[in-house]
Amino acid sequence: MTAALDITGLVVSYDGFRALDGVSLTVQPGESFGLVGESGSGKSTVLRAIAGLAPVESGSIAVEGIPIGKRRDKAFYRRVQMVFQDPYGSLHPRQTVDRLLAEPLAIHGFSDAESRILRALDEVGLGSGFRFRYSHQLSGGQRQRVAIARALILEPSILLLDEPTSALDASVQAEVLNLLEKIRRDRKLTYLMVSHDLAVIAHMCGRLMVMRGGQAVESLAAKDLASRRAGDPYTQRLLVASEGFVRNAETAASEA
Amino acid sequence: MTLLRIEDLSIRFPTRTGDIEAVRDISFSVGRERLAIVGESGSGKSQTGRAILGLTPAFAQVTAKRLEFDGIDLLKATPRLRRDLRGKRIAMILQDPKYSLNPVMRIGRQIVEALRAHENVGTREARERTLDMLAAVQIRDPARVFDLYPHEVSGGMGQRAMIAMMLIAGPELLIADEPTSALDVTVQLDILAILDRLVAERGMGLIFISHDLRLVSSFCDRVIVMYAGRVVEEIAASELSRAKHPYTQGLLNCMPSIDADRHPLPTLERRPEWLL
Ligand SMILES: Nc1ncnc2c1ncn2[C@@H]1O[C@H](COP(=O)(O)OP(=O)(O)OP(=O)(O)O)[C@@H](O)[C@H]1O
Ligand SMILES: Nc1ncnc2c1ncn2[C@@H]1O[C@H](COP(=O)(O)OP(=O)(O)OP(=O)(O)O)[C@@H](O)[C@H]1O
Ligand SMILES: [Mg+2]
Ligand SMILES: [Mg+2]
Repeated sequence: MTAALDITGLVVSYDGFRALDGVSLTVQPGESFGLVGESGSGKSTVLRAIAGLAPVESGSIAVEGIPIGKRRDKAFYRRVQMVFQDPYGSLHPRQTVDRLLAEPLAIHGFSDAESRILRALDEVGLGSGFRFRYSHQLSGGQRQRVAIARALILEPSILLLDEPTSALDASVQAEVLNLLEKIRRDRKLTYLMVSHDLAVIAHMCGRLMVMRGGQAVESLAAKDLASRRAGDPYTQRLLVASEGFVRNAETAASEA
Repeated sequence: MTLLRIEDLSIRFPTRTGDIEAVRDISFSVGRERLAIVGESGSGKSQTGRAILGLTPAFAQVTAKRLEFDGIDLLKATPRLRRDLRGKRIAMILQDPKYSLNPVMRIGRQIVEALRAHENVGTREARERTLDMLAAVQIRDPARVFDLYPHEVSGGMGQRAMIAMMLIAGPELLIADEPTSALDVTVQLDILAILDRLVAERGMGLIFISHDLRLVSSFCDRVIVMYAGRVVEEIAASELSRAKHPYTQGLLNCMPSIDADRHPLPTLERRPEWLL
């Protein structure tokens, strides 16, 4: 079977600083693959490199068996869409939600824009009342949902998701995660998904890779998280930290 | 001691298609403690924080029976006084750090300027204290990040730069809007430990806006739950699992967990009467 995504020995450098230092991973069609790890470890850079938005120094990226060079054509963005980590930066503040959703449809020559926009808004739990709002009039979570709607509206086959629910409250997060799962099943989508929330990754993904300092620490199955069978001490620390905050005894004493 | 007192705060945005009532008659107060605000996306958490700081857009209407910081009536305060308070005594870590940092100024210089705006320190000392602050928020390579522009740092690094910038001024009241949402869990706990010490040792008041209920219940003292512009429940953080309002109960129930395998996740049935 041809892999949906095949990355080998990827190196990305900024002025001599190696943001990615030889990262390899393979994602099968229809699979949902998770990336977790330290802040600044290069998770977003992996996604950006696939989307053609990071300076790749060496290594290779193949999408559905086809090696991808420096240029990405229109057909590429039809197949691969990305939801950016930062919904504030990625949506133009002076555009209405309607424009934001209509634009990709126009670029790719879809004719039934009206019904697609309404359906996309409905899918992410934003009623049609939001359609003519400007993105600067939306809360953080509302923007994030517009960003997801914008990626889904083109019906891509591979979705790169960078912290898709970190700006959402638990109830909207549950709705968005259910939606993403359902769409993946119905349309046989492939996901590469970044999250710092191990529970979200365990829920959404079959396998995951843990990153630190531009490199892979280890790859494991999501069920290894549940059984706390992490091989690397860093992954184990992440698992412990996921349990919540523990007040330092000294701090607690100074307050009493 | 109470630092901030809010009674019947409302925030309204007039738009062409009618008013949006972002916040409706909410009341709460904050002492030298960790107060959490959780709630529905769009329920008015960030706008509440912005109103306390005086950062509401000019065309919006802010009304309150009382909006008082340390005995100062904020609604009657001059713009100048509010600006002074904002730099020195009240700070807010904004939800959108990258958008809030100045895009054309290096990270280090922005923090240095924040420090020098409220304290008279020399160039060398300002730089050193900035590097120390970046290290304190667990930035791996402070000297490199000092010289980067906001678009050159990762999401979590931008968030920590913003935290460093707000903490370096030593505020008495800190409003932290989703301050750790972009951080990996170990760094997240390190940041919370810093905030925790500021509350316990320096008596800072903290308003912690978050949707992470696991963090809130383990880190905060009290929790306010907002829904559609209103406060629907106020509860001790340790009691969160015994919340009464169906919205709060629903929130707790719909979180994914590493151990449970629930597909699809339970979702909330939002009732019209919650909107009242
Ligand atoms: N344009 C750039 N110039 C210089 N350095 C950059 C640039 N873009 C990214 N980097 C560096 O690359 C590293 C990896 O960044 P990346 O955004 O991939 O991290 P991340 O794992 O997504 O972190 P987070 O969880 O905080 O979002 C960081 O150290 C960052 O400073
Ligand atoms: N400039 C504006 N004009 C009109 N409505 C606005 C404006 N800014 C915010 N709003 C609306 O005010 C409401 C409250 O927004 P706020 O940002 O406080 O939500 P929030 O509780 O912080 O949500 P989130 O968890 O998604 O960040 C939202 O419904 C939002 O759409
Ligand atoms: Mg990132
Ligand atoms: Mg908000």
